[in-house]
Amino acid sequence: MGLSFISSILFATVVAGTPLIIVALGELVTEKAGVLNLGAEGIMSVGAVAAFAVAHHTGSPYLGILAGMGAGMLMALLFGLSALTLMANQVASGLALSIFGVGLSAFIGKPYESVALASVDPIRIPLLHKIPLFGPSLFEQQGLVYFSWVLIAAVAWFLYRSKAGLILRAVGESPVSAHAIGYGVVSIRYQAVLFGGAMAGIGGAFLSVFYTPMWVEGMVAGRGWIALSLVVFATWRPGRVMIGAYLFGGCMITQMFVQGSGARISIPAQFLSSLPYMATVVVLVLISRNRSTIRLNSPASLGQPFLPDA
Amino acid sequence: MPTQTPDKPRLALKGIRKVYPSVVANDGIDLAVMPGEIHAVLGENGAGKSTLMKVIYGVIRPDEGQILWEGRRVTVPNPAQARELGIGMVFQHFSLFETLTVVQNVALAIPGEFDLPALSQRIEEVSERYGLPVDPRRLVHALSVGERQRVEIIRCLLQNPRLLILDEPTSVLTPQAVRKLFETLRQLATEGVSILYISHKLDEIQELCHAATVLRNGRVTGTCTPSQETPKTMARMMIGEDLPVCSHGEPDDGGEVRLRIVGLSHATEDPFGTDLRNIHLEVRSGEIVGIAGVSGNGQQELLKAISGEEPLADKHAVQMCGVKVGHLNPARRRALGMCFVPEERLGRGAVPRLSLTENILLTAYRKGMLFSGLIRWGVAKRFAEDCIARFDVKCGGPNSEAKSLSGGNLQKFIVGREIMQEPKLLVLAQPTWGVDVGASSFIRQTLLDLRNSGTAILVISEELEELFEICDRIVVIAKGTLSPSKVTSKTGVEEIGMWMSGMWPETGTSGDAPHVA
Repeated sequence: MGLSFISSILFATVVAGTPLIIVALGELVTEKAGVLNLGAEGIMSVGAVAAFAVAHHTGSPYLGILAGMGAGMLMALLFGLSALTLMANQVASGLALSIFGVGLSAFIGKPYESVALASVDPIRIPLLHKIPLFGPSLFEQQGLVYFSWVLIAAVAWFLYRSKAGLILRAVGESPVSAHAIGYGVVSIRYQAVLFGGAMAGIGGAFLSVFYTPMWVEGMVAGRGWIALSLVVFATWRPGRVMIGAYLFGGCMITQMFVQGSGARISIPAQFLSSLPYMATVVVLVLISRNRSTIRLNSPASLGQPFLPDA
Repeated sequence: MPTQTPDKPRLALKGIRKVYPSVVANDGIDLAVMPGEIHAVLGENGAGKSTLMKVIYGVIRPDEGQILWEGRRVTVPNPAQARELGIGMVFQHFSLFETLTVVQNVALAIPGEFDLPALSQRIEEVSERYGLPVDPRRLVHALSVGERQRVEIIRCLLQNPRLLILDEPTSVLTPQAVRKLFETLRQLATEGVSILYISHKLDEIQELCHAATVLRNGRVTGTCTPSQETPKTMARMMIGEDLPVCSHGEPDDGGEVRLRIVGLSHATEDPFGTDLRNIHLEVRSGEIVGIAGVSGNGQQELLKAISGEEPLADKHAVQMCGVKVGHLNPARRRALGMCFVPEERLGRGAVPRLSLTENILLTAYRKGMLFSGLIRWGVAKRFAEDCIARFDVKCGGPNSEAKSLSGGNLQKFIVGREIMQEPKLLVLAQPTWGVDVGASSFIRQTLLDLRNSGTAILVISEELEELFEICDRIVVIAKGTLSPSKVTSKTGVEEIGMWMSGMWPETGTSGDAPHVA
């Protein structure tokens, strides 16, 4: 086990954590506005297939990302229409969207199943990428990895430093009060849902265009659900979302290395596979068990439809 | 008194009409407020006061009628527009965000630059100038109700309003806090701000207001100058008849102890709740004991401990009719003869979508309504019919849904249901909250009659007048602890008001606490 082995585990961890961070931050903003969109898995799937198709036909992975984002926003719009305008149950609408998205992506993706996409060269930050151990994992990555870091800072700044973020949190806390002092609750919630959709679309695009890069039915493989639970276990705080995502990614990669290394260990493979899920939940529960912090950070109106007075 | 030329009203309403599917909330309402005038809008619950204020503040749109602002005809499509005109509103149920700080809450309502430090400074200036102390950095959920109201008022004042609307502002304040509020309002009026003061408390209106408009059933039934009226004449305008008076029998203190709370301490599960600390209380048969206090001081937690909604680890802490019940659930406590009327009528007192008969079954099933596990609907229905007749509940019959009843009628029904179970101990929370004057006095009289027949009654209320009207003894709850008890005739609003802010003499040094164990 040399330095290069650890370095490659770190590298893979960052890559595995990236889509989770992007999707979870989108969902975090949505939920902070009081909307529970359980459709992340479906939105990611559609985003992934749209991005793959566009990247394949145009040859540009970045146009692919834009397409994934657009597709994600369309899916989110569908959710908004049902849950915000028609005031259907948010949980049911989100679940339906997930099932619909996974199925739709499989349908659209059929012709692309045997197609391969050229892998995209990473963006090297001069000099820094030569730092031993950390260099490659932090400074020789895909553009979206850097984007995910900017996104963490941007979401944190938006929520806790900007007036728009304050308004968003206020809407999630008490839509009735926000309406009474004159904010358009439904339109603010739409914007939050669309942002969440865009991020889930980008997360999906990252998987099909950079991570694998190919299209396989069901390739999102539950990452949408992981992202959803990360938001809750991270008690709606951007920094903790990052910790959770990398922890999950790290455990995932480590157990794959262990299983793949053929080392003679007598732990059942199923147990190793479930380790990332258990470790993430345990750690996030431990760091977030203070009840009043949960109350202070969780949006009080989460999942409740808002109907303004006539 | 008005300071500027009183020829042009700041706000004039002409023929405002608002119809809801089931009720005409406002019907041809005219109203005029002069600059610097404190104008009362007087009426019972359901008279249309709140609807009218929401029309002025742009929360709802009227079906007909005109709004004139300083002589100019305007439409107010939303609250933002109202604020732009110079209208500020302090809501009855506060519109604050609990998980945000004071300054963040204020920032949400103020247009312009987002600069919290500068805004904190302005909040401190205004709070100094008008005697409204509040720390801008604190989180709202940690504030008392009085402090929250100050935040709401400051939030309005920072927008330099020319008309301030206050909706039942004193319902949550101690008498001392009410006096301070009045000083602030008078100061504002002398600076030329017009104030619309919504209330059903006649004495307050007499003390504070320059003019009054009285509403009943959505119509204006009169305007008057409160200083030239008596509460009696204003009450006649408000409810159309004289204020009913309850008759109080002689106090009788020889009864057996029905409820005994001994050293009850309980840490609440709710992070925003209040922990109970070392509470002692006794309620005897044939007496009404009242618990006064500003809401949020532990009333909810104490009620849950008494009703059994939150069973305690220590079974000795609560005793009913001599049985230790701290660990028992509500059903087993009810089996011992306790009945309970919670504060929320819909949801806890009654199930909104169930019929009245089904709601009877929920708590009164012990009155012969079950037969080897099956429901005897006939008995339940007769019980419901009796209750409706005896307590004069206006409804479509025993099959109407609970939520179709008005607040006052549903409350009469729930109180009736509990009383008809002939309880040994009756616990009530806010028994007349949101109930009109006629129904309130009926409920109070019923409680007095029940006391005379030997029931032990515990009432938790924020309305001091109500407690002084019906209780034999009063205790005060503040910050999760209970004061010694006072015989009602030997204390006054002034003393109880002091106690409500947590300042009472130590137990043991006070000779007025014979019942405290």
